[in-house]
Amino acid sequence: MYHTNMYEGMLAETVTVQGANGDAINAYFARPLGAGPFPGMVIVHHIPGWDEWYREATRKFAHHGYAALSPNLYYRDGHGTPEDVAAKVRAAGGVPDDQVVGDLEGSMRYLRALPYINGKVGVFGTCSGGRHAYLAACRVRGFEAAVDCWGGRVVMAKEELTPKQPVAPIDYTKDLSCSLLGLFGEEDKSPSPEQVARHEQELKKHGKTYEFHMYPNAGHGFFYYDRPAYRQQQAVEGWSKIFAFLGTHLGAPGK
Amino acid sequence: MCTMIVKQVQIEGSGKGAAGWFTVHQANVSYDHPFNAPMEHALNIDFVNESQGPGARVAVELTVESARSLVEAILAVLGRAGTGGYLEEVPRS
Repeated sequence: MYHTNMYEGMLAETVTVQGANGDAINAYFARPLGAGPFPGMVIVHHIPGWDEWYREATRKFAHHGYAALSPNLYYRDGHGTPEDVAAKVRAAGGVPDDQVVGDLEGSMRYLRALPYINGKVGVFGTCSGGRHAYLAACRVRGFEAAVDCWGGRVVMAKEELTPKQPVAPIDYTKDLSCSLLGLFGEEDKSPSPEQVARHEQELKKHGKTYEFHMYPNAGHGFFYYDRPAYRQQQAVEGWSKIFAFLGTHLGAPGK
Repeated sequence: MCTMIVKQVQIEGSGKGAAGWFTVHQANVSYDHPFNAPMEHALNIDFVNESQGPGARVAVELTVESARSLVEAILAVLGRAGTGGYLEEVPRS
């Protein structure tokens, strides 16, 4: 917890990390300037792209004492404004799940190799990033905590599967290797409350450690202050849940 | 939600983007999150030329009702032009 008589400094910059297939991709990295040790967080951007909200979210984690790294999952799709690149990816039906999982694993390894990490790394994402965070937590060893904020299409019908998204993330639940926090809105259509309940059932079935919070009067993306979906009270409470959860599972944030 | 509902169509014409006019080769039509329109989902149309990079894009984000009205308007205008003998069918290059 920050006190007004404390020194605070932060480094935030673009770095290069090794992603899926050994590809070099860029990433936005923010960390406090103290000696640490810091828990690490991989921050997974949403379908609207590697945008300003995600840079801010990455710095928010750093402000709270985490070394936070947000890889550009659309790096291979060319460069331009985040919107233009994201529109290109949207038209192409998204990026392949396998590639994303590789990029997130590479980001986790980047953080683990830093000298000031406390040995624990979590993963956070919203929207498609929530889905990707869950996939990574199931398919990769090396995360101690995962935060899925309203990740849609965790539960997928057979006809929704594509060559890029060939397996519904819920089907990997038995392999989930860390604690999970899920934040959802009651008015969301994807994931709908029914889909969240189905996901929860699967987590229970496999004896996984998780906590889900379903917020009333909130839909999809209720953290996004720049969108009509923003819900102030639910967002403030949601952030507070996230940092409490990470404090429990990743150890004390660094200074 | 990310619906991933998208359809691409090859087109020919010109679009005016941030850097001026360019030749458009493709329209990407999706029903998914808009970037700007104050809705959770919109009917999005991107007129693009991928050979010129992601920035060669003219974007619109429409409500469902607007999208339907637009389709009707396009068909009505083409119908009137056809009736009047004005249509210039350009063979696809």
